[in-house]
Amino acid sequence: MDQVAYLGIDTGSISTKGVVIDQGRQILALDYLWTRANPIAAVKELLNSLEDQLDQDITILSVGTTGSARKLIGAMTGAQVVKNEITAHAVGTLSQYPEVRTIVEIGGQDSKIILIEDGIVTDYAMNSLCAAGTGAFLSSQAERLGVDLEDIGILALQAENPVKLAARCTVFAESDLIHKAQSGHKKEDLLAGLCSAVAGNYLNNVGKGKKIDPPVIFQGGVSKNIGVTKALEEALGHPVQVDANSHLMGALGAAILAMNSEKEEDFKFEIGRLDFDTKSKECGGCPNNCELVGFYKNGDLLDLWGNRCPNGTIQR
Amino acid sequence: MKKKLQISFPHLGNYYIPIERLLKAIFPGHTILPPPPITVRTLELGSRYSPDFVCAPFKFNLGNYLEALEKGANLLLQTGTGCRFGYYGELQEQILRDLGWDFQFICFSRQEARPWLVYQTLHRLGSPLNPAQFLYQLGLTLAAIRLLDQLEYFLRYNIGFQTEPGSGERLHQELLMALKKVDSFGQLHQIKSHFTKAFYNLPLKRPEKYYRVGLVGDLYTLMEPFSNFYLEKELANKGIAVSRIMNISFLLFGKNTKKSLLSSADYLKYNPGANGADSVAQSHFYAAKGFDGVIHIKSFGCVPELNATPSLQSLSRDWKMPILHLSFDSHTSEAGIQTRLEAFTDMIELRRQRTEDGRQSGLGFAPQNIEAKTNYPNP
Repeated sequence: MDQVAYLGIDTGSISTKGVVIDQGRQILALDYLWTRANPIAAVKELLNSLEDQLDQDITILSVGTTGSARKLIGAMTGAQVVKNEITAHAVGTLSQYPEVRTIVEIGGQDSKIILIEDGIVTDYAMNSLCAAGTGAFLSSQAERLGVDLEDIGILALQAENPVKLAARCTVFAESDLIHKAQSGHKKEDLLAGLCSAVAGNYLNNVGKGKKIDPPVIFQGGVSKNIGVTKALEEALGHPVQVDANSHLMGALGAAILAMNSEKEEDFKFEIGRLDFDTKSKECGGCPNNCELVGFYKNGDLLDLWGNRCPNGTIQR
Repeated sequence: MKKKLQISFPHLGNYYIPIERLLKAIFPGHTILPPPPITVRTLELGSRYSPDFVCAPFKFNLGNYLEALEKGANLLLQTGTGCRFGYYGELQEQILRDLGWDFQFICFSRQEARPWLVYQTLHRLGSPLNPAQFLYQLGLTLAAIRLLDQLEYFLRYNIGFQTEPGSGERLHQELLMALKKVDSFGQLHQIKSHFTKAFYNLPLKRPEKYYRVGLVGDLYTLMEPFSNFYLEKELANKGIAVSRIMNISFLLFGKNTKKSLLSSADYLKYNPGANGADSVAQSHFYAAKGFDGVIHIKSFGCVPELNATPSLQSLSRDWKMPILHLSFDSHTSEAGIQTRLEAFTDMIELRRQRTEDGRQSGLGFAPQNIEAKTNYPNP
């Protein structure tokens, strides 16, 4: 009999992650690439790459999607499970670290905290209005300082006198950073200050009022930055673990949820070669002007969303 | 003969129905012009001319006024108490005058809200009613609001379990139509007995174990569904029983900050302003009733609710009842709210699985044994 497997896709604002797992939750194939504001193209590329990594005789039984483009990608792949990032991350992380109490997640555009007790999510929070202290901020500041994003953490660890930056708001932090740079501080010290600012911002906003108990697992793109990890450890006073696959936990969680859903339908990688398109227009049925988004597969309407009342349904 | 009045007022949920009826009775021969239903355009208009950091209800109100003025309104009504809401009137009037509109603006706030002064103001504006007639109409309106609140309270808790989709909504619409036309206590009584029966007979199928969520927060964001992305509907669609104590009846007859401070136990010592103490007391009530969770909603920058937040966080920790905090503004993305709400419902389901007897999950951890001393209706 063919080997069976399950696919999980996590399409975030910055990066797209995918894993294929077997029934024992072992990862058979994985990939990680940039979304570049085109989730459909990114997922096509992802599917082609995953297909190349797998043996011919593997059958994908079900698909789970998560991330901010979960609905779109769910419609595209005919996913059995479309889950929010928080649940997916918790499920993924718990499969690797059953004893985890706190999940700290800092991604490209958002950040969250998930509190777990006895393997059950008991509380969570996400950043509210602004994206201060996330990957996007680090990446723009890396550019300002002429440093590669990947090098920030290593350089920050070499700092001798880290600068203190106003961490409350990205705009304040940025002007503070410029001021410190112009008064002659070393690049390493500036970067260390930046990493502490991100950690401080996270704990003051997302982590506000939450009891952060160890073991703490740090994930999301920013977890690859050793400088921020160290700053978090210092602020929290206990160790912070980063998994080698910390960026894949959402995708892993989606795959596990798909496996547990017990809804099965053969999935074909050909989807990666089909033509998908979205068209949006304003409804115009009333002053609400809902933005209707139609999703087409090879020219046929697959799904339509954004509609709030019967006025919009007629226009299908 | 005075110029014909075209009277308008801001929207708040379905309350425009009893208010419109009241104004029609007070000003026969004049036009009552409730603003067009709130849409995205209302909020855009309101935000464009509002200070950026003012709370969202101000923007909604201003948008309502602008759309009403476009339709020809020439008399705008406002009220105000408590927090920044107390200053809405003055600022909104000035903004609208600066935009060049010509209108009368009457703000029943602070001393102007005393019944006798309200009567004198209405009389001066051209109401032919004598004080007794005025009191009769006012009493009738309050009774109608009370009925509306009672039935909506029932519906909110049960609509997630209706067997025939849309039956609850239809009944609700019928009730609103009936309340539009009521003009005596006798009629109202008939409506009450008819609809109470109809609501209680709504075919429901409630599973043995179901999830219950309480809503607390600032009054406008709670009561105007457009401003919270129809949160109650979303929850009902997920098959959740929704409870909300805050409504106009509560504000008029049930609100008692001293009592709220008392029944918020040790979580509050001083009044955080406006309805902050009520949010804590009501959350405490829901926790004691073993609810699965509470959603605390506020408009962005609402200071009383912000003051209440730390108390809510401690309450959530002690009672092991999750409280989701949502903040709404003109820039809030609906997708973000959806994600948080989905995660919240996932979470309460998973938490329930942890204890065999789910109903007891929130109980037994209470720091103090306090029966909530409030006159909240029993859900």
